[in-house]
Amino acid sequence: MSVMIRVDGEELHGRDGQTIAGVLLASGQRSWRTAAGAPRGVFCGIGVCQDCLVTVNGVAGVRACQRTAVDGDVVEKESR
Amino acid sequence: MTTVAILGAGPAGLAAAQSALAAGADVVVVDEAERIGGQFWRHHDTLTDRRMQHQWARFERLRALLDPAGTAASAGRVVVHSSASVWRIETGAGIRVHALVGPADAAARQGLTIQADALVIATGAHDRALPVPGWTLPGVVTAGAAQAIAKRDGVAIGRRTVVAGAGPFLLPVASSLALAGGSVVEVVEATRAAALVAGWARAPWRLAGSAPAKAPELWDYVSGLVRRRTPYRTGSAVTRIHGRGRVEAATIQRIDGDWRPIVGTERLVECDAVALGHGFTPRLEAAIQAGCDIRPDRFVAVDQQQATSVAGVYAAGEVTGIAGADAALAEGAVAGFAAAGGDPTDARIRPARLVRRRMHAFAERLKTHDIRPGWKAWLDDDTVICRCETVTRAQIAEYAGASSRGLRLATRAGLGACQGRTCGRTVEELTGVRIGYDARPVLGSVRVGELAAVHAERVDAG
Repeated sequence: MSVMIRVDGEELHGRDGQTIAGVLLASGQRSWRTAAGAPRGVFCGIGVCQDCLVTVNGVAGVRACQRTAVDGDVVEKESR
Repeated sequence: MTTVAILGAGPAGLAAAQSALAAGADVVVVDEAERIGGQFWRHHDTLTDRRMQHQWARFERLRALLDPAGTAASAGRVVVHSSASVWRIETGAGIRVHALVGPADAAARQGLTIQADALVIATGAHDRALPVPGWTLPGVVTAGAAQAIAKRDGVAIGRRTVVAGAGPFLLPVASSLALAGGSVVEVVEATRAAALVAGWARAPWRLAGSAPAKAPELWDYVSGLVRRRTPYRTGSAVTRIHGRGRVEAATIQRIDGDWRPIVGTERLVECDAVALGHGFTPRLEAAIQAGCDIRPDRFVAVDQQQATSVAGVYAAGEVTGIAGADAALAEGAVAGFAAAGGDPTDARIRPARLVRRRMHAFAERLKTHDIRPGWKAWLDDDTVICRCETVTRAQIAEYAGASSRGLRLATRAGLGACQGRTCGRTVEELTGVRIGYDARPVLGSVRVGELAAVHAERVDAG
């Protein structure tokens, strides 16, 4: 079983049930947010640090490490 | 009928649910994750390698008890709300817990209010990771993140990972990374060998007696390191992380007994990930919002029944002291039983009391790995301290003499999205001022629209 999400237009395939962070990491993506111009990725992995935020289906500020990827999710990287 | 609400479905919360049911209460469990288990039993049925889990049989028994379609003994008396973010707790005239239920950080979660006679706070702890130059690079994660992502998503955070920090938790992290298909370059422990021996090998028979499950578990990890030829360095630290846009290497350096780097001992090690863990910080927000007294050592104050200073409110697990899953299970059992109005002299609760006492002796030994002040010498002026607001060591130093409010307003340290959970204690150590970042009552992020829709919330129990 696999799940497909679109990250800034690019199709990424993950295993069914993975979080958005899990799909990104398994696809070799380490960074999906910039802070003060520098790239950031996942840090705490349990929803505490807010370093892995992404926009999911138009809603900003979603913790990629907490949100299970749903087939067809449209994910955008954030900069803040 | 007494209703006991339980916050958190890790070992402490689940044990509390079990014993509250045994004492005859109705139980409502609220947990932020999609599946119960907490960080210790964080899992996904198809993605988790079962070899990463410990005491899984115990978890399966607890899970079966909480399954609404489960045992007759608990049928109709237990409700579990998963994916539920608690944002407000009211105590005083009855206990009310307000949560939003739905996918993590979604825009339109459902309001939920639980009315209960008693509350057990079992919210656990998160990693403490000390800053180091380069620690904002993608590929640097907390030890807990490496563990969580390996367990929950079946992914190793890096191909070549350095696991660094202090404490026995580094060992299961290294083990999980290897099981998830990564390789661990080195495990770097700050505590020096002599201190480790003094802390852990002192009266080993007492350790075996206090934590009988720990010895074989530890042996598992150590033999795994030996089998994979992973070096375990003591008295050392990652003092700098290098890379352009991502981790490419780490400097590993010997440190003295106070964790001050020893000049001339630097080694550059190639890696693509670094997992940092220097102990744990309790998640106190719920207890603070409930009005519970916090001890000077910054854990929730509890008595022999795990009762807090607030009538009807109990606390168990890492919020009352870092002592591991066995202690959390035992404390949870005592808390749940007492919260349900069970007789404290009841024979059924005696074994948990005994385990609790033994595990507190184990917790004493964890102090062997306590953070020492010399680590500040591995920072440079440009090292980011507050990750959310990108505040450097130099900026914090500039306002170190100001009031805590002045420091926060001038630098914004600790005022970002994580509300000081990541940097709070570090900022306090750097300035020598107790700011109380982790003593804030903010439980979780709530969207304004969700608050506006709160009138639609339903009362679920009581």
